[in-house]
This record gives sequence, structure tokens and C-alpha cells, in this order.
Amino acid sequence: MLNAIILILLCQLAGEVLVLLLDLPFPGPVLGMLFLFTGLVIHGGVPDPVKRTSDTLLRHLALLFVPAGVGLMVHFGLVARDWLPILAGLVGSTALALGVTMVMLHWLIRHRGTAGDD
Amino acid sequence: MTEDITDIWAFLAASPLLWLTMTLLVFRLSLWLNRLLGGSPVLHPVLLSMALLIGILLLTGTDYETYFDGAQFIHFLLGPATVALAIPLYENRHQIRALLLPLLAAGMGGAATAAISAVLIAGALGAGAPTLLSLAPKSVTSPIAMGVTEKLGGLPSLTAALVLLTGAIGCILAPVIIRLLRIRDDRVKGFAMGLSAHGFGTAQAFGISATAGAFAGLGLTLAGIMTAFLLPAVVGWLPGLGR
Repeated sequence: MLNAIILILLCQLAGEVLVLLLDLPFPGPVLGMLFLFTGLVIHGGVPDPVKRTSDTLLRHLALLFVPAGVGLMVHFGLVARDWLPILAGLVGSTALALGVTMVMLHWLIRHRGTAGDD
Repeated sequence: MTEDITDIWAFLAASPLLWLTMTLLVFRLSLWLNRLLGGSPVLHPVLLSMALLIGILLLTGTDYETYFDGAQFIHFLLGPATVALAIPLYENRHQIRALLLPLLAAGMGGAATAAISAVLIAGALGAGAPTLLSLAPKSVTSPIAMGVTEKLGGLPSLTAALVLLTGAIGCILAPVIIRLLRIRDDRVKGFAMGLSAHGFGTAQAFGISATAGAFAGLGLTLAGIMTAFLLPAVVGWLPGLGR
């Protein structure tokens, strides 16, 4: 468990440092995820402690959003001003994204025969 | 006696312990309330927790900085959790490889639609630039979305709230759109739900079938990676956001 935590934090640290060094436009932890993924491919499997640590983190993923979500209270003014565009934007774009993704994937899978069944 | 209580409150209110514990307690209570009320996505535990905690903070006259001094220990774990997304990605690698091109194309189309249509709709209705920047990554799972907003110069905490609302909205809309488009393939249903409504959609997809759930996890991860890599590059071209 300790080694798994160290591994995950090292991946994140490497990601953050590289983003700062190269002034990359995306978040450090995303790069950390790619490092860990590459490591798993090279290693050829997920070591048990890593699996358990990540399961623990991801099982309680919803909880981790709460502190930032409470930050909405700081933006009451902005939300009160823009509530209609925000709500319309959220509902409209979510419906569109669901529709576009389903139609595209459905069509693409069908038009490459049955190769996608495995 | 009252003086003692005031002293204790003064100590607790200034210490990280109180708000850390309170966040965990309120979340526990919200999980229980949500189950009691039939697991509706409108009353998602995270939305309930946010509402309850904001209420408590306003009632006790506590500002967000004081609260965050304690809650930051939970918030910090978002980074490691993002790194940990590598594990479900790795576990689904065979399915990914088999359908690589359709998934990449549909994922790119869906993720672009989510971000661009959100900005266009809200922009057309008159939202300002900080709102639009915070809105663009809202379909993506929070740890990534907040990182992207920070990079874009939006408001990460506003994004966090918008991401949560998107998840709840996605869970309400998905069954309607699946019926409308007559989709029967669980892989398609799951992928679209994870892509458009991140963790909320993924949890709901697992209720359809294990296949739908696995593809939802994949949709969530792909949307996150693509948005993180592409959105910072294209955001300057969107109307109202040119910088």
C-alpha cells in the first residue's frame, strides 16, 4: 500500500514538474495518469496494492468533489447573473453530446462490420 | 458556561479538524439521505452535500477560506485520483484496441460537441467570459475539468459545481435520448453516458449492464484526456473567449 501511494504520487509529481518545465497547456495529474498507464503496459499488469489503492481512491471519487463544489458559494453573484445561460448551456450541450456520441459510435461500429464484437 | 462554549467554538472554527470532519459527516449523511429518497440523480449525494455545507457555512458565518483550510485535505486527493484513472484505462485496453478508431472518432465528436455547444448556447444568452471559460470543460470528470479551467483562466470552483450539475442533468437526459435514438447496443449507451456525464453517467451505466459500465469508464477517461489536451488549444477560437 505504501509503495502504491508513493508510485501514484511520484507519477503526479513527475507530471506536475514536466508541465511546469515545458509550460504545457494541460493539468499535471493527466500527464501523471499517462505515465502510470505507460508503466502498467511495460510492467504487463496491475500490481495488487496499486489496484487496491486506486480502487479506494476511485470508489470515493464523488466525495473528493465536495470541497470544490462548496466553492460555489463564492460565485453566488456570478451564478445569480448568469443562471439562465448556464442552465440552458448545461442542458442543451449535455443532450447534444449524448446524441452526437451515440449516433457517431453506433454508425461507426455498424459500418466496420462485426469486427467490434470481441 | 456560555463563555466556555464560545471559547471552544473559537478554537474549533479556526482549526482544520472541524471542517474536515464536517465534510465527511455531511457526505455520509447525504449518501444515507439519497438512498432513503430512492437514489434520484437530482438529489445526488454530492449536490446534497454542497447544499448542506453551504447552508452550515452561511449560518455559522464561516467564510470559504476557513472552510477550505480543513477541506483541502480531501480536495488534494483529486490529483492522485486522476492518476489512478490509469488503472481502469489499462484494464479496458483490449476493448479499446478492438474499437480504437470508432471510439476515438465518436469520443472526439462528443467531447467537442459538449464543450463548444455549451459555450455557444451560454454565450448566445449573454454569459460573461469567466462563466464561459468555467463552462467549457464541464462534461469532463472534475479532477481533470478543474485542472483545465485553472489552465484556461476560469474559476475552478465554479467548474466543479457545473460539472456536478452536468452529471445530474446527464443522468436525467440519457434514458430519454437512448429511447429517442432507439439505441440497443450497451457499449454505445455506456460510452456516451460516461463521455457526457462523467462519474455520474458511469455509475448509472453500471445499472444498465457491466459492459455499459466498462464503456462508460472508457468514455469518461477518453473525454478527460481529449479535453485536457485539446481544449486549451482551441479555446481561443471560440466566440467571446478570444485572448
